[in-house]
Amino acid sequence: MVNVQGPWSPLLGRLSLGAIPDNPIIAGAFIFSVLLGILVLVYLTYADRWGYLWREWLTTVDHKKIGVMYIIIGLVMLFRGFIDALMMRTQQVLADGAHSPGFLGAAHGYLVPYHFDQVYSAHGTIMILFAATPILVGLMNVVVPLQIGARDMAFPYLNALGLWLTAVGAALVMLSLFLGDFSHAGWVGLTPLTELAYSPGVGTDYWMWAIQISSVGTTLGAANLIATIVKMRAPGMSWGRLPIFTWTALSTNIIALTSFPVLGVALGLLGLDRYFGTHFFTAGLGGNLMLYSDLFWIWGHPEVYFVILPAFGMMSEIIPTFSEKPLFGYVTMVAASFAIAGVSWSVWLHHFFTMGASPRVNTFFSVATMVVGIPTGVKVFNWAFTVYRGRSRFDTPMMWAIGALFMLLVGGLTGMMLAMPPVNYSVHNSVFVVAHFHTMLMVVVYGILGAVSYWFPKVFGFRLNEALGKRFFWSFTIGTIVVFIPMYTSGFMGMTRRLDYLTNPALMPFEIAEEIGIGFYLVSIYYFVRQLYVSLRDRNANRVGADAWGSARTLEWLAPSPVPFYNFAVTPRVHARDELVWRRGQGLEGAAPPRYEDIPMPRNTSVPLAIGALALGLGFGLVWRIWWLTDVSFIAIILTVIARSFVRDTDYVVKAGEVEGIEKRLRQRAAEAARAATSASGIDALRPRESNP
Amino acid sequence: MITASGDMESARSGLWEPHYHHDVIATRTLGFWLYMLSDAMIFAGLFAAYGVLSHTYNTAGGPGLHALVHPWTAYAETLAVFASVLAYGGVMVALKRGNRAGVLLGLVAAFVLGAVFVGLEVHEFAALFRMGIYPQGSGYLSAFFALVMTHGIHMAFGLLWMATMFFQVAAQGFTDKTVYRLLNLKLFWHFQAILWVLVYTFVDMRGVL
Repeated sequence: MVNVQGPWSPLLGRLSLGAIPDNPIIAGAFIFSVLLGILVLVYLTYADRWGYLWREWLTTVDHKKIGVMYIIIGLVMLFRGFIDALMMRTQQVLADGAHSPGFLGAAHGYLVPYHFDQVYSAHGTIMILFAATPILVGLMNVVVPLQIGARDMAFPYLNALGLWLTAVGAALVMLSLFLGDFSHAGWVGLTPLTELAYSPGVGTDYWMWAIQISSVGTTLGAANLIATIVKMRAPGMSWGRLPIFTWTALSTNIIALTSFPVLGVALGLLGLDRYFGTHFFTAGLGGNLMLYSDLFWIWGHPEVYFVILPAFGMMSEIIPTFSEKPLFGYVTMVAASFAIAGVSWSVWLHHFFTMGASPRVNTFFSVATMVVGIPTGVKVFNWAFTVYRGRSRFDTPMMWAIGALFMLLVGGLTGMMLAMPPVNYSVHNSVFVVAHFHTMLMVVVYGILGAVSYWFPKVFGFRLNEALGKRFFWSFTIGTIVVFIPMYTSGFMGMTRRLDYLTNPALMPFEIAEEIGIGFYLVSIYYFVRQLYVSLRDRNANRVGADAWGSARTLEWLAPSPVPFYNFAVTPRVHARDELVWRRGQGLEGAAPPRYEDIPMPRNTSVPLAIGALALGLGFGLVWRIWWLTDVSFIAIILTVIARSFVRDTDYVVKAGEVEGIEKRLRQRAAEAARAATSASGIDALRPRESNP
Repeated sequence: MITASGDMESARSGLWEPHYHHDVIATRTLGFWLYMLSDAMIFAGLFAAYGVLSHTYNTAGGPGLHALVHPWTAYAETLAVFASVLAYGGVMVALKRGNRAGVLLGLVAAFVLGAVFVGLEVHEFAALFRMGIYPQGSGYLSAFFALVMTHGIHMAFGLLWMATMFFQVAAQGFTDKTVYRLLNLKLFWHFQAILWVLVYTFVDMRGVL
């Protein structure tokens, strides 16, 4: 163990009252969080929901509920990451030129450099690992078992464990806001800046352990999803009939399973440097700084495709549904997904062309990067040909999918530019790069928001408000355009990234435009929250049957909406790639199983939650070097796992009669909803639809 | 199109697959293979780091590979780990015959031999520490200790798992759960032996040649 600067006590480690930051912005955030927390606690107590919360959510092993909790964590963190973005944009618009004013102790703007550095590090870490990743994992959790006709994931207990480990990572990031600080070394954690000598505080440790713990959860989740897709498919669901979203989930989880361990190694070795004084990435004594960059990006680039492939899958589900046509080029779509997943492993060096590898090395990685454009181009044309001569309807999910297509076009073409080392040399570390990867991540965000509105009725049984959804889409899209076009431009004008102060006043107009754009994002958040509120309030008017869109194609729309906890009362037999379209063509769309049967289901368990709580103790102890806490938590985790392995009674049986009752009730409610839909004007749930193509 | 009502009925029954169940043990085994793939990537990362950090300048003037490895100790460790795998093979034979006492006996033998391996490794590291060779000495030493110790820690966890399985099989006999765990432990133990072969080849042998 290395000695750290400052006081340390055996009981509290490095933790002391001095760890509480004295900054009015953080104090405001703290008061906001505490009030929100108190409000939730009061509601839970007042409405007597504690038992419900514990039984139905915290101890659940139901893949849909776990998925929903993943998505909630992701949306909360998305909001937090957005606030970071708002702070950065406001700082840059204030701190522009030598005469710009300074507030709150900053020479320019209102954030001191060290605080600004933490804000952008937190923004990156949160958006990639605690917003995009959990939401995508959550959506895959909800949709994949339904699409393949399974009752649950292959390992429901492991699934819950993955969720709680992800929650621990998010919790550590949030804790760092109010207790200590966060990393100031960028979300990539540049060495040797992250070494103890240059970052002696707890910020880097928060960053490191939050990622490390949550990525264990992601790796477990990836193994689970792959095993589910390979082993749990319904009879007749051959590889050639697998829905595209499930295919992309498979390819993306192969990436996750193989790349996240490398991140674990990179951060683990950095941890050894910081805690034991080894010399993996130190500037002296035989350390190698480049080794970190390589290991990090060997994970980092596959991770980029880990987040984008499911978004491609979502677009591939939404576009055929709202074009009322089968997806164009199913086989090439699958091949393209796996080509992208494969090439993702051979492009990592394009993140540091300028670091001085030989021209030959740079050429290899440049060509490999451009090769990515081929399968991606195939996908874009497939989507375009799917829409071509289709019966297009522009419901909110379709709007998001089309928006994602445009983002992909802009992001992909600027990516082609950056793939060329000569161009890369001139725009390296400029905000042009920042604008490029934000446009690409916007593909993911658009895909996610489309998927959330698309599959929402499947999980909850009612549709989200359409008018507010459109307003959400347009305000968000205007925000995207107004933020990122000026960002591309100022990048070309030479503005470098991560600046807390701009020396060139000529950049001011772009900064103002971006600030206006972020205002549109703020408006879009208002519409999103309002959409959720209004939809929940009017849920009885927006109930849907099994097929929420009237033209859905894949197996998940065969199950009732909301999906009962056992998914399908009797496992369906699959006859076609678009099973629902096939059944519709045969006139068997609403056919109920001839008889019901007993269903064995996994029992709820509080063990994953307990392991999560212990992992939080472990992470917190490691950050603050409270050794008794780390030891106790670590040993307790191992003992809990062993003790759980002795439990034999982990499953139970749902009786056939009970299943029949639930199914009857759901059918009745769906029929009522359909009647209500036809009588109410303006809602066209029963519009005419295509026959079997 | 299906028109006659009788055909309709048969088509409907063809839409569902009553009493459809998945093979628990096969699913668990696949899941474990997937876990091992991720574990293999951890070792790939560590081997890569070891390769990068094994230039002469990474030793920072400190001891290099030749000063670290003891071929005969490593050979003895190899024998111990292979014998342990063989003993675990005995567990598998006994499991196939449904012989609980044989499984327990095999687990004890595999555990003891695995413990010999871990003991020899601890002994080896203690000797290095006595000579003043620590992971903190240089980038090279950091990579060497990280690689070999990660394997050692995996072995130690394998022993913990074996001990757990001993008591579980003794208490519960052969259930779905205990059987798939025994099968997965077999995979894990063989995997660690293969990793040891790689460590032996790329670390110890290179130090001798």
